[in-house]
Amino acid sequence: MFHYTLRRLMFAVPTLFVISFIIFALLDLAPNDPTGNLPLTIPPEVREQIRMSLGLGEPFHIRYLKWLQQFFIAEPLNFIEQAFGIEIGNSAERVRIRSWATRSPVVDLIVERMPQTLWVVGMSYVVGILIALPVGIISAYRQYSWFDQIGTFVSMVGFSVPTFFTGVVLIVVFSVYLGWFPSIYDTTHRVTGWDSFWVQVRQMILPVMVLALYNAAQLSRFVRASMLDNLNQDYVRTARAKGMKERVVLLVHVLRNSLIPVVTVIALGIPTIFSGAIITEQIFRVNGLGQLLIIAIQGADIPLVQTLTFIFAVLIILCNLIADILYGILDPRIRYD
Amino acid sequence: MIDQVSVAPEKVIPPAPGSPVAAEPRKQSTLTADVWRQFRQHKGGVMGAIVFLTIIFLVVFGPYIHGVDPSALNVRERNAGISLAHPMGTDNLGRDTFAQILAGGRTSLSVGVTAMLLSLFVGTTIGVLAGYFKKLEGPLMRLTDLFLALPLLPLLLVIIMLFRDTLRRSFGPETGIFMLIVFVIGITSWMQTARIVRGAVLSVKEQEFVLAAKSIGTRERRIITRHILPNVLSPIMVSATLGIATAIITESALSFLGLGFPSDFPTWGRLLFDGVNFMQINPSRVIWPGLAISLTVLSVNYIGDGIRDALDPRIRGR
Amino acid sequence: MSLEGAMARPTHHVPSDETLVSIDNLKVHFPIHKGILRRKAGAVRAVDGLTFVIRRGETLGLVGESGCGKSTTGRALLRLYRASDGKIVFDGTDIASLEGDALRRQRPRMQMIFQDPQASLNPRMTVGAIIAEPLVEHGVMNARDRKARVRELLDAVGLNPDYVNRYPHEFSGGQRQRIGIARALALDPEFIVCDEPIAALDVSIQAQVVNLLEDLQAKLGLTYLFISHDLSMVKHIADRVAVMYLGKIVELADVESLFADPKHPYTKALLSAVPVPDPKIEASRRRIILTGDIPDPANPPVGCRFCTRCPEVFDRCQVEEPDWREVQPGRFAACHRVEGGEASSAT
Repeated sequence: MFHYTLRRLMFAVPTLFVISFIIFALLDLAPNDPTGNLPLTIPPEVREQIRMSLGLGEPFHIRYLKWLQQFFIAEPLNFIEQAFGIEIGNSAERVRIRSWATRSPVVDLIVERMPQTLWVVGMSYVVGILIALPVGIISAYRQYSWFDQIGTFVSMVGFSVPTFFTGVVLIVVFSVYLGWFPSIYDTTHRVTGWDSFWVQVRQMILPVMVLALYNAAQLSRFVRASMLDNLNQDYVRTARAKGMKERVVLLVHVLRNSLIPVVTVIALGIPTIFSGAIITEQIFRVNGLGQLLIIAIQGADIPLVQTLTFIFAVLIILCNLIADILYGILDPRIRYD
Repeated sequence: MIDQVSVAPEKVIPPAPGSPVAAEPRKQSTLTADVWRQFRQHKGGVMGAIVFLTIIFLVVFGPYIHGVDPSALNVRERNAGISLAHPMGTDNLGRDTFAQILAGGRTSLSVGVTAMLLSLFVGTTIGVLAGYFKKLEGPLMRLTDLFLALPLLPLLLVIIMLFRDTLRRSFGPETGIFMLIVFVIGITSWMQTARIVRGAVLSVKEQEFVLAAKSIGTRERRIITRHILPNVLSPIMVSATLGIATAIITESALSFLGLGFPSDFPTWGRLLFDGVNFMQINPSRVIWPGLAISLTVLSVNYIGDGIRDALDPRIRGR
Repeated sequence: MSLEGAMARPTHHVPSDETLVSIDNLKVHFPIHKGILRRKAGAVRAVDGLTFVIRRGETLGLVGESGCGKSTTGRALLRLYRASDGKIVFDGTDIASLEGDALRRQRPRMQMIFQDPQASLNPRMTVGAIIAEPLVEHGVMNARDRKARVRELLDAVGLNPDYVNRYPHEFSGGQRQRIGIARALALDPEFIVCDEPIAALDVSIQAQVVNLLEDLQAKLGLTYLFISHDLSMVKHIADRVAVMYLGKIVELADVESLFADPKHPYTKALLSAVPVPDPKIEASRRRIILTGDIPDPANPPVGCRFCTRCPEVFDRCQVEEPDWREVQPGRFAACHRVEGGEASSAT
């Protein structure tokens, strides 16, 4: 098990560096000028100075190494300093990745917007799992019953219909016609008491449901398939023949074995919902990381795009690693050493 | 016991009991015919196939039947409801929504199919090479893992933002964007196919008929084309149908985020994007393209399900 | 050599004295990779130093338990596995060291019949295409001649030539095995390795297929290496028999001598396990039951391989590995208990 984990780590770290290089290189190819949006009256020498100050004058590999250093060393140090209220080294002099548009450090922007995304995305994933598991289990147990047929159909619809369509439809139905929920997310809302909490919940319901339905659709099919695989195995028949209660057979034997691949799929799906959040935040105008990415791309704010994309990549690799290790822990057959 | 039974091989052994004497030529029971028969029993798959073919028919021949120019402005008839002349209403500039949907369908479907073919080709090649040649398996699978670790949506957006203008200048606006989007979707969705094909190739490679071909002296290239590929067709076909679905959704998502086709070349995603602003006044502008996307993707997914079940030898009554 | 011309030959085959295949110290080791960096940490010694000959026209039986290395030997002879060491001399040419086109040119002379009739035929090819594949690959015939040859081959194995366009799943197991035999005969080989060809068939069909093999041998002058774990069938078809244990041959003799008077303790135990279909004899027979587990082929015991289970073991067996000796003219054995003879190399 240790060897297995070590080998997985050994692949994850170089992959991370290669991806960081790809992201950095790709964006560096951009024929982009951060001073392009500034007024035309600014003389070229001043523009040149501005460009220098943003670090554009140096050759590619120096900028890449600097960015790596900023991302992996400077920013975490800053984070530690702020979290624990201490000073490490010469923090005032430390160069930080700054957004071209707002001039503020990229990390600050990300930290500011992270909670919204995490709330919406996290809630939707949890709700999705809570819906998918029972639906999948019952569908598999009562295969071909009306519950199964309807469930399968709803799942198929759920992951065929794109999230941007469901979001828009839900807005049309629940906000425009019924007026139950607000269609635009109030980003300045603060949760101070029970009332404001309830308002927060009301404005979160639509985006959460959109993502939750999509996740639940995919996951429930997978749970159903995994349960079906196990329900037809001989060991289930043996357990029943031994006289065990049906509930025990189902919940203790079959479920445990079926959930192993499901757990890894859940872990692997985390990066996907972050990607899905990009679209949902556009529709509902939630001020999360997804919206930040779109704004950055449209505004050609390269450092912000680089950092955000790289964070996504780190998330994917981390989740893959966790999924692999979880699978190794849960399924003893996988640990071939 | 065994010494008594002796058969001289000059005598023709009669055919196995039950099979007809070869007087009339028997209808060939090929694997394809069996699979088709099994597919026909899968209700969802058949429905999906009918719906999908209808959509294709409408999209290809519809403009000739309906005859309305999708970009014709008719401001007096703007935001009209459903009528005979405009079966889906009009938008805020008076353009006929139905004609736009048909035109958008052509683009969306052609992007979907072409991108799928590209990703299928890349995925199958990499999968076969990785599965058959042990030396290539390591590097190719690491490459696949690398691509799988890339955050796709952000990178897609970035690539399109970067190269949209250059391609537009070189190849003209329509072809340029088409090539860019097809290329970008194809390059980023081959990994699932590659993994599945590699798994299938690994299991087929161990079968004895491949060993038999080696003992005959068949060259490797022929072994792959004659023995391995025909036997890994099932996962490839399932990947193909699901690939169309993914490609259509990805293209629509890109257009919806404003980074797909420009507004003069409507696709379903673009129509949705344009319609969002007018959602309160004219919700049909959003409903019809969304329905078109959903219906197409749903039918393709059902077809894929049907094919997968039909190709599964455990379900087929063999 | 056409089949019609061969019809005139006598139906009882007489093995010659000429050596067709000579194997000298053949070894096939499969490496085991362990650890983080997947370094080679040992090897499974599937075949560990075989030395014997196969004479032209004879049927050499190769028997042993599952996992002793019989199939690996057969496949190594046909260069389907790479030999880790040793020589395989086929009609004067050492094929163990051949590669590429030179190896390909030798292939038509030696073919194989596989154990599983279902898995050895490509389910997506017609029977005609399967049998014609060798002809296509070493292409000397045009399409019309190939068709004729395929029909001729189907006829020779006892199948209706009109079945040429059918698919393997439309045939029974015995018929599929005949198709496999037809494919093996397509290029007029001299040597055929039969890797447990009847193990997957019903008993009555086994008889038919074995008789077919014998008739073909008589007509076409074929040489067989008949690998099996069915001792009674081997007794019927083979001229000489080799017994394998854990990657080494322990005894080699002509079939009557081996079954009447086995020398090696393992052979004795093996033969005593074959049931006799006569209740009286069976009830009074004394069976030799081996105790202990089969050792790990990656880590064989020091000394004689059989020493952990041998009923006649003594102290020398656990220290020194016995030589492969010709204990009587034409009889070889590797055992410290067997007297006589000099250590031999391939004769």
